[in-house]
Amino acid sequence: MAYVAIADRDVHPHDPQTFFTRYIWSQDHKVIAIQYSLTAILVGLVALVLSGMMRLQLGFPNSFSFIDPSNYLQFVTMHGMIMVIYLLTALFLGGFGNYLIPLMVGARDMVFPYLNMLSYWVYLLAVIVLMVGFFVPGGPTGAGWTLYPPQAILPGTAGAGGGIILMLVSLGIFIVAFTMGGLNYVTTVLQARCRGMTFMRMPLSVWGIFMATVLGLLAFPALLVSAIMMTLDSTLGTSFFMPALVSMGEPLDYKGGSPVLFQHLFWFFGHPEVYIVALPAFGIVSDLLSVHARKNIFGYRMMVWAILAIGGLSFVVWAHHMYVSGMDPYFGFFFATTTLIIAVPTAIKVYNWVLTLWHGDIHLRTPMLFAIGFIFTFIHGGLTGLFLGNVTVDLPLSDTYFVVAHFHMVMGVSPILVVFGAIYHWYPKITGRMLNETLGKVHFWLTFLGVYAVYLPMHYLGILGVPRRYFAMGDTNFIPESAQSLNASITVSALIVGVVQVVFIFNLVWSLFKGPKAGPNPWGATTLEWQTPDTPPSHGNWGPHLPVVYRWAYDYSVPGAKQDFIPQNQPGDPALTAGRDHGIKG
Amino acid sequence: MSISGLFLLVVAAIIGWWLFARQLTAKPWEQKQSEADDQYGGGASLALGPARAGLWLFLGVITAFFGLFMSAYRMRMMVPDWSPLAEPSLLWLNTVMLILSSAAFQWTRGAADHGDAGRVKAGLGAAGLFALAFLAGQLLAWQQLNASGQYLTSNPAIAFFYLLTGLHGLHLLGGLSVWGRTTARMWRGGSPLGDIRLSVELCTVYWHYLLLVWLALFGLLLIT
Ligand code: HEM
Ligand SMILES: [Cu+2]
Repeated sequence: MAYVAIADRDVHPHDPQTFFTRYIWSQDHKVIAIQYSLTAILVGLVALVLSGMMRLQLGFPNSFSFIDPSNYLQFVTMHGMIMVIYLLTALFLGGFGNYLIPLMVGARDMVFPYLNMLSYWVYLLAVIVLMVGFFVPGGPTGAGWTLYPPQAILPGTAGAGGGIILMLVSLGIFIVAFTMGGLNYVTTVLQARCRGMTFMRMPLSVWGIFMATVLGLLAFPALLVSAIMMTLDSTLGTSFFMPALVSMGEPLDYKGGSPVLFQHLFWFFGHPEVYIVALPAFGIVSDLLSVHARKNIFGYRMMVWAILAIGGLSFVVWAHHMYVSGMDPYFGFFFATTTLIIAVPTAIKVYNWVLTLWHGDIHLRTPMLFAIGFIFTFIHGGLTGLFLGNVTVDLPLSDTYFVVAHFHMVMGVSPILVVFGAIYHWYPKITGRMLNETLGKVHFWLTFLGVYAVYLPMHYLGILGVPRRYFAMGDTNFIPESAQSLNASITVSALIVGVVQVVFIFNLVWSLFKGPKAGPNPWGATTLEWQTPDTPPSHGNWGPHLPVVYRWAYDYSVPGAKQDFIPQNQPGDPALTAGRDHGIKG
Repeated sequence: MSISGLFLLVVAAIIGWWLFARQLTAKPWEQKQSEADDQYGGGASLALGPARAGLWLFLGVITAFFGLFMSAYRMRMMVPDWSPLAEPSLLWLNTVMLILSSAAFQWTRGAADHGDAGRVKAGLGAAGLFALAFLAGQLLAWQQLNASGQYLTSNPAIAFFYLLTGLHGLHLLGGLSVWGRTTARMWRGGSPLGDIRLSVELCTVYWHYLLLVWLALFGLLLIT
């Protein structure tokens, strides 16, 4: 195809002059990425504190006067929603997506910088609306992050007056923000790659983020649709989801609505959402493993295809969240089957990560520790997913701690470990300084072992039948005394994990001033973001000329090469590239 | 619902395959492939500028949005309290207005391609007027329903009617804001016709698309 030089048009982007235009109303994708990330991490800390409060109640029931049954459920809801949407989705796509896409595909910026800036500010608005929920009378909603009607908008549920509306409005605003960002990420990948950057030369991080964005663009509308209809049900009294019912002795005006319809819409969004946070993690972890094992990623093509297959399949498994809502057995059978099928490409990815490590020259630096930690937690959570995907196994386990353990391993802990790994990996590029390794290792080991101490016992609690979203067990025969001691130990571990994050935050701030200077490419990585003329990259990224790409992203330890990596923008040297076909299988 | 899911999947698969099949089977680590890839010019994968590509993607998002509403409509229909709605006949007239608006845009686009500023002005004016007439007609239809005692909460078919027409109208209003900016620039003069031409083209595509959405919604309302 002829070279369409769109990306090289603005050689001198109008450099922002004042502090204000440079750091606040910035249209530079890197600044926007940092704004997104800091905001997401900040609300994430709120969600972390909420989980600590829940754990206090569960570990030491009724010892804390500030936790009562209804605000326990408010903590559950806000914790879940913030973690999934406002932290992970925003951080992976708004944060890493923004930072990495233009740099990794060799563009000067996103294709619509103004829209990109707007996306961040609208996201911030969504966060503010969400937080206002804590301060309105009645507080935030306590309906659970799934917001199932009818209970979400009935008077008995905390926040049924103001909180739920704020939640729905905030989600709507978030979706607008995401769409503005998402159109940018996808269009940039499709239309603004530099010369030589074919699709199959893109690093897997870009593939993962790209596919996750596509999923988001198609799945978030389902959440928007359900949010709009639920808002109408609760404010104007329509009956889209609300059946005829009697609440607190009073018959309500609703009639005929279908709560199951909401569940379909919600999970049509909800399941792809799992992959919206998982796919970027998959992509990024592939790159971390490859760089720190000094080896090409095993089965690059397979990895790309798996990302695409998972993306497609993730739209046809949603009803595995609804086995207990009552469904035609054949329907359940269909969804159990698709769920097990989606495990195949996922398993392929796991094998390929492990095989990438095989005979690699592994450098156990902090990012690598987190990447390997991810392989453990992900396998672990993935296996319990196979159990839950089967209707007959899911029925007794549904709504127990087994489910809590499963989804925390697979979509809570695993992506968070990748986030940490990614921050340790790219911090040198973002700030120009290295993070402290010792603190990093302390952070890793305490977090990694801590989350196991938290979630492993939860599987057992779940098999005992301990239900989730319960403020207290009361006198329940089938739950032994010992379950309570287990709960206390989980709480202690969770609090330790929570506090350990201070080490991380401290490291981020301290290294900004005191960390050793990083140089442009401290890990010896091949991808373009490490080849920028300035570190941190300046506005416009590439100086006067865009990079030209001559090879795929994984030329590590090429036989006969001078170094153990060859940057993507290094021209092909026949003598050196001749060896490439040996020993590298895809 | 499952129809939507399958539909999206099929569409995604076809588009994906059509666009990328050859590229996705490349083996980028092989010498031969590498030489071929070095010839790749970069830049756009689709022969569209970023603005056009962005618009098409956005249309995909709206498709998902309205498609899901339509699935929700069909699923809600299955509950016994559903009673069909007698659509106001005014909707036929409104449909004609929207078609005219779309046609006017198409004509304007032709005029812009020929660099005929006078006709572009006329065309933009006509397109906007017809679109406004459509919106006014929709509001009138709402009023007729309201006057005959069919409120948002009366029954689910009416609730969906208000909701779907309202959301479609909002999308059109969004389009009209771009139309307004383009028209203002045209009247103020000074902008090169090339810039205007892109705006006109994007509006035209968007208008045709909203017409399609409207026909689909209207059809759904009529047959149920
Ligand atoms: C140290 C970290 C964390 C701790 C201690 C923790 C703890 C908890 C607890 C105690 C619950 C409530 C269980 C119940 O009563 O049903 C919960 C729910 C939940 N958590 Fe976490 N969590 C952590 C991190 C995360 C992360 C990173 C995510 C991101 C995906 C996440 C997502 C959720 C979701 C979606 C729910 C369900 C909320 C609901 O039932 O509506 N959590 N968590
Ligand atoms: Cu799922």
